[in-house]
Amino acid sequence: MEKPVEEQEVGEVDQFSVLLVDDEREFLETLIKRLQKRKLQVTGAGCGEEALRIIKETPPDVVVLDVRMQGMDGIQTLREIKKVCPMVEVIMLTGHASLEVAVEGMELGAFDYLMKPMDIDELVYKLEDAYKRKTIQERKIKHLEEERERSLT
Amino acid sequence: MRRRVFKSLQRKIVFITLVVSFIPLISLSVVIYNQFAQMFKDKIEEQIKYRARVQSNAIELFLKERIAILTVMADTHTFDNLAEKDNIGRLFQVMNRRAGGFIDLGLIDSAGRHVAYTGPYNLLELNYYSQPWFGEVESKGIYISDVFLGYRHVPHFIIAVRRQENNRSWILRATIDPNVFESLVRAGQVGKTGDAFIINKAGFYQTNPRFNGQILSKSNLEPTVFGEGTTVLEKVNREGEKVLYAGSWLKENNWLLVISQEASEEMTKLFRTRRMGIITVTSGCLLIIMTIIFTTNQIIRRLEVADRKMNELNAQLVHTDKLAALGKMAAGVAHEINNPLAVIAEKTGWMEDLLTEEEFQNSKYFEEYKKSLKKIEEHVERARKVTHGMLGFARRMEPHLEDVDVNEVLHQTITFLESSARLNNITIERDLSSDLPIIASDHAQLQQVFLNLMTNAIDVIGKDGIIHVRSRRTNSEIAISIKDNGPGIPKEFQSRVFEPFFTTKQIGKGTGLGLSVSHNIVQNLHGTITFESEEGKGTTFTVKLPVVVPQKK
Repeated sequence: MEKPVEEQEVGEVDQFSVLLVDDEREFLETLIKRLQKRKLQVTGAGCGEEALRIIKETPPDVVVLDVRMQGMDGIQTLREIKKVCPMVEVIMLTGHASLEVAVEGMELGAFDYLMKPMDIDELVYKLEDAYKRKTIQERKIKHLEEERERSLT
Repeated sequence: MRRRVFKSLQRKIVFITLVVSFIPLISLSVVIYNQFAQMFKDKIEEQIKYRARVQSNAIELFLKERIAILTVMADTHTFDNLAEKDNIGRLFQVMNRRAGGFIDLGLIDSAGRHVAYTGPYNLLELNYYSQPWFGEVESKGIYISDVFLGYRHVPHFIIAVRRQENNRSWILRATIDPNVFESLVRAGQVGKTGDAFIINKAGFYQTNPRFNGQILSKSNLEPTVFGEGTTVLEKVNREGEKVLYAGSWLKENNWLLVISQEASEEMTKLFRTRRMGIITVTSGCLLIIMTIIFTTNQIIRRLEVADRKMNELNAQLVHTDKLAALGKMAAGVAHEINNPLAVIAEKTGWMEDLLTEEEFQNSKYFEEYKKSLKKIEEHVERARKVTHGMLGFARRMEPHLEDVDVNEVLHQTITFLESSARLNNITIERDLSSDLPIIASDHAQLQQVFLNLMTNAIDVIGKDGIIHVRSRRTNSEIAISIKDNGPGIPKEFQSRVFEPFFTTKQIGKGTGLGLSVSHNIVQNLHGTITFESEEGKGTTFTVKLPVVVPQKK
């Protein structure tokens, strides 16, 4: 049942890059492996600072961000990400059922949120949705820019 | 313990109110009564004194009249004239006709010889020279004697006047009719116990008293205790009765007219007043006592009810605190478990992913392996439900207020559960009031609460039963009750129903969080959730929500 759907989805969307941010190393590594197995370009970051460094160097399409982390927490990291690279879509991950934080994240421009432990398929769908939105947004912007250039010339 | 405190409080209140109401009441009535009694007594004394004075004046007048008539007779007649036979008899008749009250009349010469006499006794030719009164008349000219027996041996008294005729002196003597005199004196007596009599200076009766004694016997009154003129005094007689005596001196302070009366007879009216007063005051006191006891009873009962309510409230508060503390702990534990759980879930997922690789497919244990991984996933899912429930319990989420039609929420929830209920032959009856207002509340959270309560009801009934869902509006609340006819909650569990992790379901079937989460939600919505349960009959959960009118947009 799962496979055809997956293939279909993959078929529709291009390969896109994902950055996973979580301070639970085991969780991070395993999730990277699983997403890679699902043909996604995945990199990982163990903390908010590292994530920001990576985003500055090579901006990914979608970021999956844990809310509760040592050092910079998820909300702070989200703010920074949106400053550096507003086009990046962010999915919040929370082990904490505190919806307030999730809602706050959404208000700051996160695409969606998921509760740990989550279903891998659900995560993949959300990632794809986020990527789709990103491409639509980019296309719109591109279109607007072309319009402007045309009007200028 | 509490009861005793209230009892002693009641006793104190009763005692103090009784004291402050009785002291003025009783002292006022005593003072008023005493004033009244004093006035009454003064009046009685005044009255008896007045009677004594009037009576003594009458007697004095009587005696003066007799003296006057006797003096006139002596002055207008000569000795010889009177000594003539029958003349004194005629004179006596004239005197008695004009004045009355005389018994006899006699003429005595200076030697004391009874020269002429008219009257019922045979006293002619008797010599009075040695009689005590004879000397008195000789020296004073006019004399009224005390009562004495004399030659006739009958108690009597006399009036005598001396006449100096040229160089010879003689005496005209008359005896006063004791009956006439006594009836004159007796005119002063009043009532059943009243008496009027005369005693002389030595205390001997000069007239017959009505009680205790007779003429010439010694009276038990001491005349010297009576003052000048007319005085009143009170004495206790032999029977122990108080007797009022009014004494008035007359006959140049030789006789004392006494008018007596038992105090009780005059005091009857006063006693009646006193009885009335005592009855009135006593019934007033009884009324006060009854009122005080009644009102304090009421007050104490109210206090007891308030106290009990406060205790219940305190217990509830403690309970709520306990729940909050438990919630915090649950959240901490849940979070700590949730992270490893997430790692386990990922690892298992990764292992499953790897199983799709070809080399594993050929393994002899492939199916076993796959089954075990599924089991791990199932149990992770089970643990996840618990941790999420716990986090949900601890969640201090501000309710998202929106316009909520409570009946609509109930309808949705019932529809959602109806099919699974029907499978177990459970009917869900709706008894929803049509006049519920739209309130500002949280639709999703309310739905969760109703879902919890109804799922519980279905679970406890098991098979074959009725769930009755009812909504009503009271003044400021909407009350929703969900009633099942299941086995009820055993008494020993009733206090723990809202505790997190408390469940009577089989292990693995329920987390024990449904009701505690519902409790939290309803509390956050400023409502209450309560239940009533009777073993064997069923349980009714009641959610009360405040009617908060949504703000106009």
